[in-house]
Amino acid sequence: MAEQERIQKQRTERTESSAATDDVAVDAQKGEQLKAELDDLLDEIDEVLEQNAEEFVRNYVQKGGQ
Amino acid sequence: MGVPKILGIETEYGIAGGPDADPTLASSLIVNAYAQHGQSRVTWDFVDESPDNDARGYFHDGAFAPVIETHLANTVLTNGARLYVDHAHPEYSSPECRSPREAVLYDQAGEEIMRRAQLVANQTLDDAHQIRLYKNNSDGKGNSYGTHENYLLSREVDFRDVVRALVPHFVSRGVITGAGKVGWETDVARGASFQVSARAEFFEEVVGLETTLKRPIINTRDEPHADADRYRRLHVINGDANMSPRATWVKLGATALLLVVLEERGVGVFPSPPRRPVAAIRAFGADPSLRTTMESEDGRHLRALDYQRLLHELADDYVRREGAPDVGSEDEVAGLLAEWGELIEGVDHHPDSVADRVDWVAKWRVVEGYRDRYNLEIDDVRLRAIDLQYHDLRPEKSLAARVGLASLGTPEEIQRAVFDAPGSTRAFFRGECVRRYPEELVSANWDSLVFDVGAGPLRRVPMMDPVRGTRELTGSLFDDNPSAASLLEALNG
Repeated sequence: MAEQERIQKQRTERTESSAATDDVAVDAQKGEQLKAELDDLLDEIDEVLEQNAEEFVRNYVQKGGQ
Repeated sequence: MGVPKILGIETEYGIAGGPDADPTLASSLIVNAYAQHGQSRVTWDFVDESPDNDARGYFHDGAFAPVIETHLANTVLTNGARLYVDHAHPEYSSPECRSPREAVLYDQAGEEIMRRAQLVANQTLDDAHQIRLYKNNSDGKGNSYGTHENYLLSREVDFRDVVRALVPHFVSRGVITGAGKVGWETDVARGASFQVSARAEFFEEVVGLETTLKRPIINTRDEPHADADRYRRLHVINGDANMSPRATWVKLGATALLLVVLEERGVGVFPSPPRRPVAAIRAFGADPSLRTTMESEDGRHLRALDYQRLLHELADDYVRREGAPDVGSEDEVAGLLAEWGELIEGVDHHPDSVADRVDWVAKWRVVEGYRDRYNLEIDDVRLRAIDLQYHDLRPEKSLAARVGLASLGTPEEIQRAVFDAPGSTRAFFRGECVRRYPEELVSANWDSLVFDVGAGPLRRVPMMDPVRGTRELTGSLFDDNPSAASLLEALNG
């Protein structure tokens, strides 16, 4: 039964993947855009990051909660 | 036998700074700052709280039962939420909402309320004692605090079925709804440089009543805050605090849909759970390669993503046949299923394509990008600072606000949710009473309100059904009764 399901699923995936070329292109384009945004963020991140990362991280101590 | 999936999220925020290095005092300052800044001072009423009740059907009175502090800052807001101090953290419990999308709006409203409170409280403090708030789940040193979801469930469902049906989802959903974490905090995750879930390594049991020690994947607190003959409230403590509203939406929506399937189809249609659920939630949660497999009770070796696919198919198939009006509108449910599926395929095949919706992917990209750029060691403290600042509520320090997360709802909708309760549940009645009768309303809790109208004893108004007290049912009552006294009259009449 489980085996059957798996075969069925693989078949569906195969048909879907050939029909989904457009989606992949859209994904890739979106990935490019996100990559460019990440580069921009990395350019400015040092201004946003706490000056003294060591102290900032060390001093963040919480009492446990739920 | 299904019931509307009334739902909401309660979040304990991380807190740093404040006077005397006292987090409880700082948390009180936060709550009081907001309460005094144009918001209500109506206090919370603990009469009906019974967190020790166990869904498995017995009472706990042992030393390990949860304790509720009754003497700390505690307020009810006009949006129907509760804002208070819990376990040395400020906590926002959203009002009861009628759909996952609505609950996401009120979760974002909670962030906005905390930001406002932070701003107001800090105006009274000098530079050295400024308070900082974090929407996260741990301090990187082994101390964890929670983001809890709540779902209304039919009392007819056997709790053992809830456990069996939901364990596969709760151990695996972190691969799409995890917030991500740099490093590890407990021995079970020793050596991990980046984890998918911030919270997973803190789970030690499959089922239990605890929330602070030996945390269970499925919490058994049986405190419906509603008619206990008809309803259960599933209190879910295993999730991460999401900064991505889309992740929050899928986190709530997927769980709500699976609960509908459980109510309507029974436990038999669910995939077989892993043989070792605690090992599974930890292993899946610690592995950003997503390749870890765990053996299920029926002998299959499944990745977290395999479980998510099976569960998504189950929900999708059910909705195609029956719809899911108990979760949300047709459009919302269709959108939810599409988004859930996209996130599963995205993290599996093109993680970059979901970096605008999946928190752990968004965080990991920044961490890895920064590490590459400066050629840092994997344990460089700056990477931990990035992790912490991802969750920082100070707008000028927040990294989540800078990574391009996709929105859900408009700024206007979120703004409205800060002040107005959802019209779709009894939260509307609570919120309107807080707004209109602040003098007469002396206390409130989830299922009742207490009024003092001068003459006679205090008057308690029970609200045992979360789907009543809506705008539709009570809106005209408020229009017709400008005073609390006449409202009570009308309710009795």
